[in-house]
Amino acid sequence: MDEVSTIAGKVQRVKDHWPGILAIILTLIAWHCYAIFLIRNRFLLPGPVDVFFAFIALLQKGVLLSDFRVSLIHFAIGLGGALLIGIPIGIVMGWNSRMDAFLNPIIEILRPIPPLAWIPFAIIWFGFTPVSAGFVIFMGAVFPILINTYTGFRGVSRIFVEAGRMLGCTRTRDQIRYIAFPAALPSVISGIRIATGVGWMCLVAAELFGVSNNGLGKDLWFFYDLHQMDSVVVYMILLGLIGLVIDMIFRYYIEGRFLKWRTGEVA
Amino acid sequence: MGKLEIRNLSKAFPREDGSSLVVLDNISLEVQDKEFVCILGSSGCGKTTLLRMIAGLDSAESGSIVLDGEKMKGTDARVGMVFQEYSLFPWRSVIDNIAFGLEMQGMTKDDRYRLAERYLKLVNLTQFRDSYPSELSGGMRQRVAVARALALDPVLLLMDEPFGALDAQTRNMLQKELLEIWEATKKTVVFITHSVDEAVFLSDRIIVLTPRPGRICQVFPVDLSRPRDRTSPAFAQVRREVLDLINLNCSIQ
Repeated sequence: MDEVSTIAGKVQRVKDHWPGILAIILTLIAWHCYAIFLIRNRFLLPGPVDVFFAFIALLQKGVLLSDFRVSLIHFAIGLGGALLIGIPIGIVMGWNSRMDAFLNPIIEILRPIPPLAWIPFAIIWFGFTPVSAGFVIFMGAVFPILINTYTGFRGVSRIFVEAGRMLGCTRTRDQIRYIAFPAALPSVISGIRIATGVGWMCLVAAELFGVSNNGLGKDLWFFYDLHQMDSVVVYMILLGLIGLVIDMIFRYYIEGRFLKWRTGEVA
Repeated sequence: MGKLEIRNLSKAFPREDGSSLVVLDNISLEVQDKEFVCILGSSGCGKTTLLRMIAGLDSAESGSIVLDGEKMKGTDARVGMVFQEYSLFPWRSVIDNIAFGLEMQGMTKDDRYRLAERYLKLVNLTQFRDSYPSELSGGMRQRVAVARALALDPVLLLMDEPFGALDAQTRNMLQKELLEIWEATKKTVVFITHSVDEAVFLSDRIIVLTPRPGRICQVFPVDLSRPRDRTSPAFAQVRREVLDLINLNCSIQ
């Protein structure tokens, strides 16, 4: 599959995707016609051409890149924290049923609180720093990671642990590291993937509500205040595309690299 | 060496209503060094429980298991096991599965691969070195499982109906291969099966268990020379004797 970089392969790929590409082009045309001929109001609905020029203007000003960088920092803080906290707690709860019984009620009480409800405390605790937005993202991302790690560890087949014991893998630490964790990895990774999606949504909201002075979500709001709706659409599309790219990295890179043993299995 | 002595072994599982279900009742048996013993019994007779106790995966209620004069507690590096179900680690390639035990011992990558490749060759899977278990057929997977257990050079190899899920042809082939490996490595083997045919083909001695509670019903030496021909009259004769004996004495009471 790696050698599909030949011209024939590329042609084939374009052929495979052309219905999708066509749909995008048709949508753009429909959007354009609708905005130009029916709405005829750039504030209510900017057309694709307006959006494109707004994009160029924003790019020239250099705002987009710095917004992107700031948002990525927020996201990295939130997701990094969620991985650091969520995976170990998920492992402990999934491996040890007494810890499960102990921690489960707290998790179940905290989990349904919408991450955005933490915004006031994010501001009080961390002020207008990247950590503040990161914290809101963390609250959104940590539970999918924790729950999926937990579920993955619960589902580790006993036969793997026993086979490991027969082969000298008797210490708990080794059993987690060499058997339970790799066995649970598909579930852990799908948890992280869900967490990136949730985290990305929290990012926009966290920045929107003034937790940050910069970032994609913040400036989306800023341009709304200026009534520059074409710029708002630029930010909307960017946010969507970046979210898509993050998800694609997961689908194609992470899963291909760490879960390649699952090809051929009915997963 | 690999002399196994089991003395007065009993095991009961607690039941919902508070009483207990006796699975194994006062089992005593000896397996000589380099002997191939089959434990034969219908499902539910406790044969798997017996094997798990020898392996150290389950603990006994009373009695003891002694290997080479040493009482066994828990799992033991001298004992290898091949499970009934597919127990290969699906996230590890064939070579990494075989090398797993060596990795646990802290052997360097080069050393353990060199050793694992020897066992890979022993089970005739050299060309599947880097495949994942999901890419292998059932028979190949059990071959890898045998190689993985042997890689640690145990004196005692336990096998829990390892070929039970395979088709008849593959099973016959793997039985033949197993005997060749056994001849070459000279392990003590305790092999669980419910197939009389398999037991007669493989073993030096057949130990027949009766169910509920599991007791040793009969010990049956198989004096046929190897390689055995399962279509020969002598083979058929032994098989009939074992079957008659089971029907006469060891059926479910």
